[in-house]
Amino acid sequence: MPDATPVISVADVQHLAGLARIALEPAEIEHLAGELNQIVDSVKKVQEVATPDVPATSHPIPLVNVLRADVVGEVLTQQQVLSGAPDAADGRFRVPAILGEEQ
Amino acid sequence: MSELTRWTAAELAEHLDAGDVSSVEATRAHLDRIAEVEPDVHAFLHVAGPAALTRAEEIDRLRAEGRAPSALAGVPVAIKDVLCTLDMPSTAGSKILEGWVPPYDATPVARLRAAGLVPLGKTNMDEFAMGSSTEYSAYGATHNPWDLSRIPGGSGGGSAAAVAAFEAPVALGSDTGGSIRQPAAVTGTVGVKPTYGGVSRYGSIALASSLDQVGPVSRTVLDAALIHDVIGGHDPHDATSLTDEWPSMAAAARRGKAEGSLAGVRVGVVHQLDGSGFQGGVRQRFGEALKRMAEAGAEIVEVQAPHFEYAISAYYLILPAEASSNLAKYDSVRFGLRVDPGRSTTEQVMALSREAGFGPEVKRRVILGTYALSAGYYDAYYGSAQQVRTLVQRDFTAAFEQADVLVSPSAPTTAFPLGEKVDDPLAMYLNDVTTIPANLAGIPGMSLPIGLAPEDGLPVGLQLMAPAREDARLYRVGATVEALLEAEWGAPLLSRAPKLGRPVPPPGFGTEPDGGTR
Repeated sequence: MPDATPVISVADVQHLAGLARIALEPAEIEHLAGELNQIVDSVKKVQEVATPDVPATSHPIPLVNVLRADVVGEVLTQQQVLSGAPDAADGRFRVPAILGEEQ
Repeated sequence: MSELTRWTAAELAEHLDAGDVSSVEATRAHLDRIAEVEPDVHAFLHVAGPAALTRAEEIDRLRAEGRAPSALAGVPVAIKDVLCTLDMPSTAGSKILEGWVPPYDATPVARLRAAGLVPLGKTNMDEFAMGSSTEYSAYGATHNPWDLSRIPGGSGGGSAAAVAAFEAPVALGSDTGGSIRQPAAVTGTVGVKPTYGGVSRYGSIALASSLDQVGPVSRTVLDAALIHDVIGGHDPHDATSLTDEWPSMAAAARRGKAEGSLAGVRVGVVHQLDGSGFQGGVRQRFGEALKRMAEAGAEIVEVQAPHFEYAISAYYLILPAEASSNLAKYDSVRFGLRVDPGRSTTEQVMALSREAGFGPEVKRRVILGTYALSAGYYDAYYGSAQQVRTLVQRDFTAAFEQADVLVSPSAPTTAFPLGEKVDDPLAMYLNDVTTIPANLAGIPGMSLPIGLAPEDGLPVGLQLMAPAREDARLYRVGATVEALLEAEWGAPLLSRAPKLGRPVPPPGFGTEPDGGTR
């Protein structure tokens, strides 16, 4: 990437990976920083035409909010919901410790 | 290969109805074909095997009692692994969901089952539908039946290859930025991305919720229409599902085929997608298709879409942003992989599980999306991309004032060699330049085969686009174009595909524990 200023540093990628809850090896972080800068340098092109007078579109087809009666619909059973869990006990998802020792 | 596997879904349905073939025979013929070609093609991640035959028997019994659930009852179908299926693993091509069997069927799958179609198995795809080649599948790439050293397109390369290799007459796909249309183009098959909201997304493992749309994959326009009619329509389980009453797509396709004329149809060539810079043979076949359409009475006009050049950039901000949010659900708690080294917190386990379970492209896009959504960058990236979305929609609105349908090549090139772009994300992203605008605007798009590029003998696709809710127009015009071209060729394009297949191994060899053959 010859003349683009890197906007995403290795420390940024580390931080973003933390936010995204993805553990990464240092080499992977380094590699990703390079790729992300290249991609961001390309996609920032959107800023050229995104002038303040243009409204944003979040959804392709205009829709109104969808409401339904507050009654129990067709739902999965507890057993079905837990069927794919890596670990479950007493009708609940079971997880490792929530807090670490230093917390 | 049994002749049964050469039939289209429509032909097969007629034979089933006439009683000269049973669903068991049709299903077995396709399972045999799968066993014969899968070692080379690898279109399937799971083959239903005995479960498919059991269902076929059931349909045969119902038909004998005069209770066939629909005209398509007994026709086999392949299902992209992005769709949840009660009785088959649903991995979306990711290790993080390896072996996961969902507790419910996706609505399009449930509707196919209710209509009596027989699921043959789940087809390969780029992990979480992120890719244009199936090379990002955690389970190995699919090979293009036209040339096994080349990509079948992506993300839905498995469904397209299955249909092109006569392993299934029809299949389901999903299209977020071209994942149905680009594979169709490079495999010489037909694929349709319906209007956003036209087909329920319930049970479709989400990539980018404002872009994803489930649709049909087939060898003919009529077959795509028949499947569209089964899977489409409002679903209360999907709040973005449209409540429209839809006309019959099959009727539109039959009408288009019968008419054989495009008189009065204004065909808009999008100047920005007209193929300058595209592969020579792609441009040539596209030009010839336009000429053929003009000879059939179409009025060819050039239309401008000045903001399409920004569409790909907007897409690669919106998609990662939505994906980073959607993929947060793979948290090692409720389903999927958990990597727990012991003495770790839930949060550490989550990060380790996602490290082990996600492939490089998924990590790249999730982190890019996290960046695009972070405080301080949101307006500059995600906000600007959403504004570009408005501009792309305005371009379409203006273009459809001058034209009834818009056309472009479906993809810039024919199938490229496996491995060529896998380490160059930006080059891979450019494959979608022709297909992305339709997703940003929510409009329907179709790809159908228009010949082989002279330089490499590989299929070229024509993309047709129509205004939102005008899916039937695509089927009508598409069926006319297909009929005109096939009349000229004397046979469907796929009749020129190489013969595939190896001798079928003796029973028991290469058979998976679940009875399927990989």
